[in-house]
Amino acid sequence: MPKTFNAKTMEKFQALSQRYPTKDALLLPVLRLAEEEFNGIDDDAMELVAGLVGVPPAKVMSVFTFYTHYRRAGSGKYLLQVCSTLPCALRGSQEIFEHLKKKLGIDSEETTKDGKFTLKKVECLGSCGTSPVVQINEDYYENLTTEKLDEILNKLQ
Amino acid sequence: MDKVTLYINGTAVQAQKGATVLEAALSAGIDIPRLCFHSALPPQSSCRLCVVEVKGARGLIASCSLPAAQDMAVTTNSEKLFKYRKYILELILSNHPMDCMTCEKSGECELQEYAYKFGIKQTPIRGEVTNYPIEATDPLMMIEHSKCILCGRCVSVCRDLWATEAIDFSKRGFSSKISFPFDKPRLESDCVFCGNCITFCPTGAITERSALGKGRSWEVKKIPSVCPFCGCGCNIEINTKAGKIVKITSNENTPVNKGLLCVKGKFGYDFVHHPDRIGKPSACSTDPSADSASFVQQPCGENGHPCYPSTSLHENLIKSSERLSRPMVKKGGKFHEVSWDEAMNVVSGRLLEMKQKYGAEALGVLCSAKCTNEENDLMQKLARTLLGTNNVDHCARLCHSSTVAGMVQSFGGAAMTNSIEEIEKASCLFVIGSNPTENHPIIGAIIARTAMKGAKLIVADPRAIHLTKFASAWLRHKCGTDVALINGLLNVIVKEGLQNNEFINARTENYEDFRNSIEKYTPEYVSGITGVPKEEIIKAARIYASSKNAMIFFAMGITQHTTGTDNVLSVCNLALLTGNVGKEAAGVCPLRGQNNVQGACDVGALPDFYPGYQKVNDPNARGKFGKAWGIPLDNKIGYTLTEMVNFAAQDKIKALYIMGENPMMSDPDLLHADEAFKKLEFMVVQDIFMTETAQLADVVLPATTFAEKEGTVTNTERRVQLMRRAIQPWGDSKPDWQIICMLGKKLSSVLRRNEPAFGNVYFDYDSPAEIMDEIASLSPVYGGISYDRLGKIGLQWPCPDKNHPGTKFLHKDRFSRGQGRFNVVEFRPPAESADNEYPFTLTTGRVLYHLHGGSMTRRSTGLDFILHEGYVEVNPEDAERLGFQHGQHVNVTSRRGTIKIKANVTDKVPPGTVFIPFHFAECAANILTNNALDPVSKIPEYKVCAVRIEV
Ligand code: SF4
Ligand code: SF4
Ligand code: SF4
Ligand code: FES
Ligand code: FES
Repeated sequence: MPKTFNAKTMEKFQALSQRYPTKDALLLPVLRLAEEEFNGIDDDAMELVAGLVGVPPAKVMSVFTFYTHYRRAGSGKYLLQVCSTLPCALRGSQEIFEHLKKKLGIDSEETTKDGKFTLKKVECLGSCGTSPVVQINEDYYENLTTEKLDEILNKLQ
Repeated sequence: MDKVTLYINGTAVQAQKGATVLEAALSAGIDIPRLCFHSALPPQSSCRLCVVEVKGARGLIASCSLPAAQDMAVTTNSEKLFKYRKYILELILSNHPMDCMTCEKSGECELQEYAYKFGIKQTPIRGEVTNYPIEATDPLMMIEHSKCILCGRCVSVCRDLWATEAIDFSKRGFSSKISFPFDKPRLESDCVFCGNCITFCPTGAITERSALGKGRSWEVKKIPSVCPFCGCGCNIEINTKAGKIVKITSNENTPVNKGLLCVKGKFGYDFVHHPDRIGKPSACSTDPSADSASFVQQPCGENGHPCYPSTSLHENLIKSSERLSRPMVKKGGKFHEVSWDEAMNVVSGRLLEMKQKYGAEALGVLCSAKCTNEENDLMQKLARTLLGTNNVDHCARLCHSSTVAGMVQSFGGAAMTNSIEEIEKASCLFVIGSNPTENHPIIGAIIARTAMKGAKLIVADPRAIHLTKFASAWLRHKCGTDVALINGLLNVIVKEGLQNNEFINARTENYEDFRNSIEKYTPEYVSGITGVPKEEIIKAARIYASSKNAMIFFAMGITQHTTGTDNVLSVCNLALLTGNVGKEAAGVCPLRGQNNVQGACDVGALPDFYPGYQKVNDPNARGKFGKAWGIPLDNKIGYTLTEMVNFAAQDKIKALYIMGENPMMSDPDLLHADEAFKKLEFMVVQDIFMTETAQLADVVLPATTFAEKEGTVTNTERRVQLMRRAIQPWGDSKPDWQIICMLGKKLSSVLRRNEPAFGNVYFDYDSPAEIMDEIASLSPVYGGISYDRLGKIGLQWPCPDKNHPGTKFLHKDRFSRGQGRFNVVEFRPPAESADNEYPFTLTTGRVLYHLHGGSMTRRSTGLDFILHEGYVEVNPEDAERLGFQHGQHVNVTSRRGTIKIKANVTDKVPPGTVFIPFHFAECAANILTNNALDPVSKIPEYKVCAVRIEV
């Protein structure tokens, strides 16, 4: 089903489109608007954004899948973003990722059956000094070990 | 200073300022390894193979994006660079199947080439490999992601050259891949199947699925030729193996298209082959009764190898309408195969019988915009000499006769004033009544990308077309109000003093009368007629008039009206008023539809002109041609195509000889045309298929396709180019020129018995080159053209003598008629307007995937797969009101007939207007269209008629 923005989001969109000099620049914040309004972005939302901003759908998809910080629609209650870039990798992020994969029974970009967790391998989260890092929704969890992670997950309901 | 000097490997090299080090090196003949660079594209800088050492700089630098600077010292070759580059290749190969043994690209793959040069047998690097499945969701193209090196060339060509942006990278880092939006099949994306990404891909990642397993680079012969479809006249290479066409390619050195092609040129060739000659066993054979949907399947061969597309679909398609291979004569309502000799006896005997019984004016000949210059020349010569009539015409009557009438009056010549390569130099492009993206794809792509790079684009079209996305102003006027709209622009320009007085004084005439006539066309008044807001009219007028170089493009949306000639005159007025003609990158460009519609006109396939636009009623011209052809000629202007059809209905035309045209699809008001053809006493059709028209004929003569013969064609920018024979004629078919020669000799041998002068008429040509020499000797604009001069890039006429290099743009310093003439043009409404009974305005046109009556394109597997069925575009508001859904079938009725057709509900058309492409016989738009004619040029009004829609 084709999606549309509600009046309030549309207003925000109008304001944004005044502020950004190029379509490509405008694309990023408008994706954020879509994410907010639809609680995550799906293909229809990307089509909508493409139409509004005036860029081809291929471009929207390219940008959306390049950045790791947009939320795909249908993500679990908790989005676990595991950094996999070099500094984190050197400090054991691969082990952390494998651990989560096993524990939750899902691969990157998949969601547990109960809809609780979504796992996602991402690039550098900008906190290399405290690697390895996992971002859970808006919060960073740093200097992780698998044990610490288990504790944290247990607390998430 | 616009040059810099740098030192490459110690040698001083001059480079253009702004050139990169790689470009400087290449132009000095120094090779630098590179994979993602392509000279036609902006630098991708993704592969890092082109790195060089620069004195004083830290690290190695990619030369493809490094601007050359004065005194820069560059090393392109060293031990260090070799090692580095080899390591990069090893890295790439660590995630690449070593599949050269079965890869389609083998022998032409750039990666394979470098692996060979660097001596890499096996990569020492072991790591993860990407594992995306092969995408083969249509019969034309496939993507093998495992062979993709993520160079970005495909993305760039799709965006920067083809202005389509159908593909892009998705994801990032190691998981990156090229994708259609949301990983849907190609058919559901914006992809237009041009296949240019194949051409630009350095590896075997994107290939022609249609050519899978049919032959690799060293097995195929590449024969340079010209695309048989539209008037762009793209240069192609016909790749053949064992007498069959394997695929069509192009290369970047071609003058017209620089290696780019559209879907028709790239994939539409397979109509040439009879089903028995085509094909390849199917690795995953589909049910022979299956429809095209069976192509939408995931690869299913072993080890993920893609399956071959089944050939059974193709067989099904062609079953009812095979290539004609033998002459046929109708007896008792049924066709019987006969020998060529017998066929010639029947044709010549019956034609002469008709001539004797009813007089020469009862005979008519239709030439063809799909046949070569030589063939059209011979055909009109045969009509004018042996048959003794000027009743010669062809389908240009139905597309650009009003252009000829109008532009001759304004400028003195009716051809596109400029060249395709000038488009990118223009600062303003005004497209009116033309959808070049679909009808002249190469030109459409160039216009779009020129607008992307900053030129101003004005589009005047009732429909939303691809170009409207790039437009600075979109004038959405009502169908048939072009004169009013342009007069409005002219009015604003004069009122605001934006006209070019210097040009008007020096180069034009009749300005005062003209200026008075446009006074009443104020933006307010014009807005009332056209429905375009007056601000938009003013804006567009200012953009056009204040641009340094403005080019106007028009096509059928201007010409196919009862005011066609007036429309053209208005367009010319606009160019004259602003001095936008007679110079580079500024002018008036009628886009010609068929591959040789320009040439057919040039060589006299018209009732009023001999070759080279010399009038049949001019005694000098008549004397000259009569002398050259050996027989006195008739001075009466012949009938036009539209008149011939009408006169057939009235028993005034008794016999028609039709070469390579299908008027039973392309004429307006088909039910009327059908009646007319059935009244003829004798009808010959010379074609490649049993077309709708051929079925009505008494004799059908099998001709060859473009790939099986030699000859020249002239594209829309007046470029005469050579088509070369790539394969042997199918069955007993013969090139049209040979058929005409046979008939010519036969006719003259009979005629000379009573009238010895007929023995002088020469039809003994032994090659198309010889025919061209005769054309050159008689028509000054082709004067300097001969086969030995055409070479790889052809020649643009006027080319008066053997040393003339051809002409890029027309009317420099002087118009062909002397002064440019302003014409007074008043607005007249179309012949038929929507009313209570027929409340919708119908407009018709072409789509990208088909051409004309579809004789060729609908017999191409791929084109038919992409678009199989006709449709009517209806605005959502109207659909809702009438209560039908997208995809539902509706009845569309005009005063002339009814068709049943699928509804395509889309806001491309405004409320109250509907659009139907005219390629589909089973829902033929031309059953509905109006045969009201433009009084001057006799072109029918295909673009406006009134219809109603019923569920
Ligand atoms: S076929 Fe043409 S339109 Fe489609 S992706 Fe390739 S370049 Fe783009
Ligand atoms: S498909 Fe070909 S052109 Fe496109 S990125 Fe991959 S290797 Fe380059
Ligand atoms: S643009 Fe025209 S000439 Fe070029 S490939 Fe397409 S159909 Fe052929
Ligand atoms: S590498 Fe993980 S946060 Fe930077
Ligand atoms: S050619 Fe320069 S980076 Fe690829």
